[in-house]
Amino acid sequence: MFERKRDLTDAGLFIDGVTIALEGREIVSLTKRVAPGEVLTVMGPSGAGKSTLLAYVGGFLDPVFSARGRVFVAGTEVTALKPEDRHVGVLFQDPLLFPHMSVGGNLMFALPEAVRGRAARVERVAHALEGVGLAGLEARDPATLSGGQKSRVALARVLASTPRALLLDEPFSKLDAELRAQTRELVFSKARESGLPVLLVTHDAADAEAAGGDIVRIGE
Amino acid sequence: MLTRLGPMLAIGLLTAPVAFGLAGTVLPAFGYLPALGGMEFGLAPFATLFAEPAILMSALMSLVTGLVTAAISLTAVMLFTAAWGGTRLFARIQHLISPLLSLPHAASAFALAFLIAPSGMIARLISPELTGWERPPDLLIVHDPLGLSMMAGLIVKEIPFLLLVTLAALPQVKPARMRALIASMGYGRISGFVLGLWPSIYPQIRLPVFAVIAFATSVVDVAAILGPTTPAPLAVRLVNWMNDPDLSMRFLASAGAVLQLGVTAAAILIWIGFEKIGARLRDRVACAGRRLRRDSGLRWGALAAMLVSAGAIFAGLLALGLWSVAGLWQYPDLLPARFDLRNWMRVLPSLVEPLAITLFVAFISTLVAVVIAILCFVREDEMGYPPGRGALALLYMPLLVPQVAFLFGLQLLFILTGVQATMAALVFAHLVFVLPYAYLSLKDPWRAFDRRYDQIAAGLGKGPVERFFQIRLPMLARPLLAVAAIGFSVSVGLYLPTLLIGAGRLTTITTEAVALASGGNRRVIGIYAFMQMVLPAAGFAVATIVPALIFRRYRDMHV
Repeated sequence: MFERKRDLTDAGLFIDGVTIALEGREIVSLTKRVAPGEVLTVMGPSGAGKSTLLAYVGGFLDPVFSARGRVFVAGTEVTALKPEDRHVGVLFQDPLLFPHMSVGGNLMFALPEAVRGRAARVERVAHALEGVGLAGLEARDPATLSGGQKSRVALARVLASTPRALLLDEPFSKLDAELRAQTRELVFSKARESGLPVLLVTHDAADAEAAGGDIVRIGE
Repeated sequence: MLTRLGPMLAIGLLTAPVAFGLAGTVLPAFGYLPALGGMEFGLAPFATLFAEPAILMSALMSLVTGLVTAAISLTAVMLFTAAWGGTRLFARIQHLISPLLSLPHAASAFALAFLIAPSGMIARLISPELTGWERPPDLLIVHDPLGLSMMAGLIVKEIPFLLLVTLAALPQVKPARMRALIASMGYGRISGFVLGLWPSIYPQIRLPVFAVIAFATSVVDVAAILGPTTPAPLAVRLVNWMNDPDLSMRFLASAGAVLQLGVTAAAILIWIGFEKIGARLRDRVACAGRRLRRDSGLRWGALAAMLVSAGAIFAGLLALGLWSVAGLWQYPDLLPARFDLRNWMRVLPSLVEPLAITLFVAFISTLVAVVIAILCFVREDEMGYPPGRGALALLYMPLLVPQVAFLFGLQLLFILTGVQATMAALVFAHLVFVLPYAYLSLKDPWRAFDRRYDQIAAGLGKGPVERFFQIRLPMLARPLLAVAAIGFSVSVGLYLPTLLIGAGRLTTITTEAVALASGGNRRVIGIYAFMQMVLPAAGFAVATIVPALIFRRYRDMHV
């Protein structure tokens, strides 16, 4: 019984009494558990502060906000850690590929140091690109890719860094309808495959529906 | 930890030299300078100062020069932006004019002199057919007693500066939408802009306008090249006294520097009065609902003013270049009879040392300034809020206080500590002027950087140092190099700090060029002024070509 409970606490993403306020006005207050492979969707009108929750988990909340509460990722409290030590990957609505690196360079940059040796790293990058259906595009300049391809490289990049949780900040909102459904499917299936807890922020009900997990509404 | 140093260094660098320098100027002005036997406070230096012939005339000349320069260049920029802003022609003229920003003041003054002098290009162009001149007429065009050519020399140089700061302020007022809105109410282009947009632009460029007034009231190099000599503007006379071998002249020079401080302050106060009158007038016209739609004359006039001011410098630079390779060139021939590289061969040996010093001081001061500016911005990001208005005013300190007023004291301080005419002191003095430009020109590109790249890299497990060197620095390589080119050109063009702190032992291309002005050897002046023009241009060329080469494979890294 005890063992089982410990498991639940440890695995996935645990948002423990997180409260975020701006100038004394509370905008988010949440306690929620997200199991590995599951998606928690945060919905609300634009300007409601949905992204602040995401920023708090990621460790880059703007200092104008005041926040308290703890966040655990895979049993580790990350709230006290620097963003780079949290192992929490982010996807924004823009792919934000580094424009001064090739597609392969972007993925190489993301790959953990623990993957040693040139050959092993090249191999991992090739594999990651293959996983998003972009095999062989290593040498390409990101600027020459289509919008859908860029999103997929961004996904491959964040997965290559072997995160323990995934934060999605309206990552599909700039894609057209068809591409959107495809990309959404790819992201969720990849997250499930890797057993990543996902925190999704969106104002699109279709995203929430496709995610299939719990929905939290804020700012209403 | 390191980043905390940034703001501290910046504030120290901007305030300490000005504060200590002012003290070192004011104390001797009141007779206190123990090193030269001045032990008691008194007004004797001022008595000597006011006994100097035509000293008030010199002060008045400086005052008027500052106000006229600022008024004409600001009006030209305002009308031009009003009349042509948002058009393709505007963009073209902007591209034509912005390189002039990096041209040292002395070089543009020489360019103008070579154009308008009785033996200059314009006279050659129309002689002898229109004028009948077979030899240069005995006219005082350059060094005219009213200081008109000096003012012209300053105006052509301040127009690019004010245009640039106006352009930087423009986007914040959403010009395209506001223009359409105001036009829909039936206002003419110029009146709509002046009544509707300018009031929100002007407060943002007010400090740069004050800097123009401060500079023009106390300018030395342009005044030495183009300005009147009987009497010369105040600052020119001060520097002559300061450089007098008779050290007791320092009391007089310091008293004069205090007067200069008063003249500049008075000019700025009078300008503030102009601002008030201008605002009144504007309110009146606006409340009367005057549409003033027939402004085509003014519109073309504004365009002509910009073209003439830019054209004059370009034509003058061409003349400088021609003189530097001219063999025999008789009056009134438009072109030299022969071209000859011998001038260069002869000058080259003596050019090498000042050139090396110019490059060294410009490189080091720019590098340090850019690093300090970056540290300030990184610190700002950590704090999460930008510095207050006070900090911004500090940035303008070295640009608002007349250079002579604190450089005299700073020089004294360096003499007393035995570091005068050392490279370190010279770099330090340049840094005081380069840093404000480095900070101000890096501000917008730094803030425009999409922070989410940083967050993504952090999410990929990259620490701050890695994020800075692998993401921020390469992505900002282009603007950083552009900022460095600006800092470099500022340093290359600095005259007075080099003259006073280098004390004649460390000279740069600019101090050498200005020193040649009185000699009148056009071929040699042409060479030095040409170098003055080439150095900043080379800086900008490097700043453009290097990132283009490094990132040639990456399209989004191109402009």
